[in-house]
Amino acid sequence: MNMRLPIEHIKSGDWFTLLLGTLFAAFLAITLWQGGAADKAVIRSGGTIFREAPLSRDQIIEVPGPLGLSRIAIHNRQARIAADPSPRQYCVRQGWLKQAGEIAVCLPNQVSVELSGGNKRYDSLNY
Amino acid sequence: MNGEGEKASSILLATTQQDHHIARMAALALGLSVLEAAIPSPLPGVKPGLANIVILIVLARYGWRTAAWVSLLRVVAGSLLLGNFLAPGFFLSLGGALCSLAILAESQHLPRRWFGPVTHSILAAFAHIAGQLLVVYWWLIPHAGIAYLIPIFAAAALVFGTVNGLIAAHYLSEPQITVGWAAPTMSGAARPTFDSGSSDLK
Repeated sequence: MNMRLPIEHIKSGDWFTLLLGTLFAAFLAITLWQGGAADKAVIRSGGTIFREAPLSRDQIIEVPGPLGLSRIAIHNRQARIAADPSPRQYCVRQGWLKQAGEIAVCLPNQVSVELSGGNKRYDSLNY
Repeated sequence: MNGEGEKASSILLATTQQDHHIARMAALALGLSVLEAAIPSPLPGVKPGLANIVILIVLARYGWRTAAWVSLLRVVAGSLLLGNFLAPGFFLSLGGALCSLAILAESQHLPRRWFGPVTHSILAAFAHIAGQLLVVYWWLIPHAGIAYLIPIFAAAALVFGTVNGLIAAHYLSEPQITVGWAAPTMSGAARPTFDSGSSDLK
């Protein structure tokens, strides 16, 4: 059995597949391992934590407040305030929260939802 | 028993030479699986997949159907040998094997001039981990947190896929003496063959 250099066995198409595979693996590492990924939504009502919900399961959570019920939707590892009885709907219009540290606040109904987990991009945000 | 006592009742399974050949290949793959089970792995599911070398060689020499037979026999008999038949590990192995066989059914049509066993091995390795991750996600751990493990499995698939492909290519380029049975030609006739040194993969 003569020992030839193993590289000899790699044909030109094989190099292409190797390149594709490497790029794909790198892409997976970058997208799945970015530190900003959040894994739970911290829902506060009246300043205290109402619930911490994992982002792994799609769900709708109703949070009671002085003005009524705020509805928080969790879908596809993102969270948003879907409905809220506030007059100007700022928190609803904010849309989907994606990264750890992002927060939506409904001041009139005293409800807020913040994504946490992984590395927070900002230690705190002031509006 | 029959009264006169000449012949006990018996069941005869007619086996062809092809069956024997497949069984030999499957036994080889099995031996590698058992050997590999002795190697500690840093993470469940990260393993060199040495038995796949046999399957790659079978695919190149005898075609997809034979390779499918060898692969699935290896999964079932291997799980019996290692003691996890019908356990989650068996279904992971089966899911991985089915997905990689599905990919190989397509990739076997790639032109041989440019694509050798390394390509088939890498593609099959990625399909294998994809199949296993799907089984895990749909059945065992339906938590998106397993996404954090995907890059590790992908890197292992790339590295071990390449290594296995190189080993298979090395053995495929050896001059081979096939005794007894070769894959049937297009006309359907199986014939014994002596092959000397052709790296042209049949």
